[in-house]
Amino acid sequence: MSKANLLNRRDVVSALLANRKDVVAIGGLGASTNDICAAGDHARNFYLWGGMGGAAMIGLGLALAQPKLPVLVITGDGEMLMGLGSFATIGLQKPANLSILVLDNERYGETGGQTSHTSAAADLVGVAKSCGIADSRSISTMAEVEAFAKSVHDVTAGPRFANVKVDSAEVERILPTRDGTYIVNRIRGDLGFQPI
Amino acid sequence: MLADNKTSSSDWPEAIYATLERFDVRQVPYVPDAGHSRLIQRVLGSSTMRGIPLTTEEEGVALMAGAWAGGQRGVLLMQSSGVGNCINMLSLIPILRFPFLTLVTMRGEWGEFNPWQVPMGSTTQGVFELSGVQVLRASNAQEVPDVLQAAAAQAYNALTPTAVLLSQRLIGAKVFTK
Repeated sequence: MSKANLLNRRDVVSALLANRKDVVAIGGLGASTNDICAAGDHARNFYLWGGMGGAAMIGLGLALAQPKLPVLVITGDGEMLMGLGSFATIGLQKPANLSILVLDNERYGETGGQTSHTSAAADLVGVAKSCGIADSRSISTMAEVEAFAKSVHDVTAGPRFANVKVDSAEVERILPTRDGTYIVNRIRGDLGFQPI
Repeated sequence: MLADNKTSSSDWPEAIYATLERFDVRQVPYVPDAGHSRLIQRVLGSSTMRGIPLTTEEEGVALMAGAWAGGQRGVLLMQSSGVGNCINMLSLIPILRFPFLTLVTMRGEWGEFNPWQVPMGSTTQGVFELSGVQVLRASNAQEVPDVLQAAAAQAYNALTPTAVLLSQRLIGAKVFTK
């Protein structure tokens, strides 16, 4: 099922991470964690294979701990819907260095492609905005993706949210490491923290 | 304030705060509870700790994972009814192996008047244990400092996921009816 006017998720994530510098990227459970890996494994990639609904909150904890570091959460519509309350929690804390982008294919792609609530009335941009994330936008072109990627590095103007409608066509499965302790300790090591 | 056995019946929240400060806890996610109100006030007035109100308790588990990746320790404050909300997110703890300490004010025990609190209050300890979180309990103000010290030490130094149940006997049962 491919629609010509929708963006390709891999193109979007590649553009987001092409010039990532010191960005920590968190991928939500599902295809988005694979997309981050497909763009190139990196010591600052936080791959999630569980904890559905937690990606944005992991981003918040990291952003508050490292306020000068750009933190980018890249997740899917289903994962974001499960953590909808985190918009309100983030809207209250207003971490200036946190960016969240949802790859919205209006599907639960990992479980058989059942439609999600964003295929009907649910409007994640509206929710984010009304929860206090003033910079919330809907993205439909690669030029807008590139502009968003640039803004991620401005750690004084967030939090920001973008919803990108992407093609729901299957893409090649590229699987990152599933070892959570390795993933976290690799990030901590890259940030200069010693093992306990 | 160091852990001692002289905590009066009213200043146990201060003893908790002092322990958290000593262990360099920076992020304090919480869902409010009457039993935690003084500690929350103290945290919100702190220059080193950040109080982070949640919409639901599992947000706090994920937040603490992120905090640890970024080099900070957290503690989750909630009441017993919130423990059930956390169950799936607790799976992050053994997988990501970050220090996890939660302080849980108990409902559904010791003089409870509201039957709706009883089912979750009765299973709180079991839920934690099934999820790999060790449970300690403080039943009176005098034992709060020692229990907190032990809990924080094993959670932050030994990466042993730990919950401290602050019993309803300690915080006082809510009274709406006779």
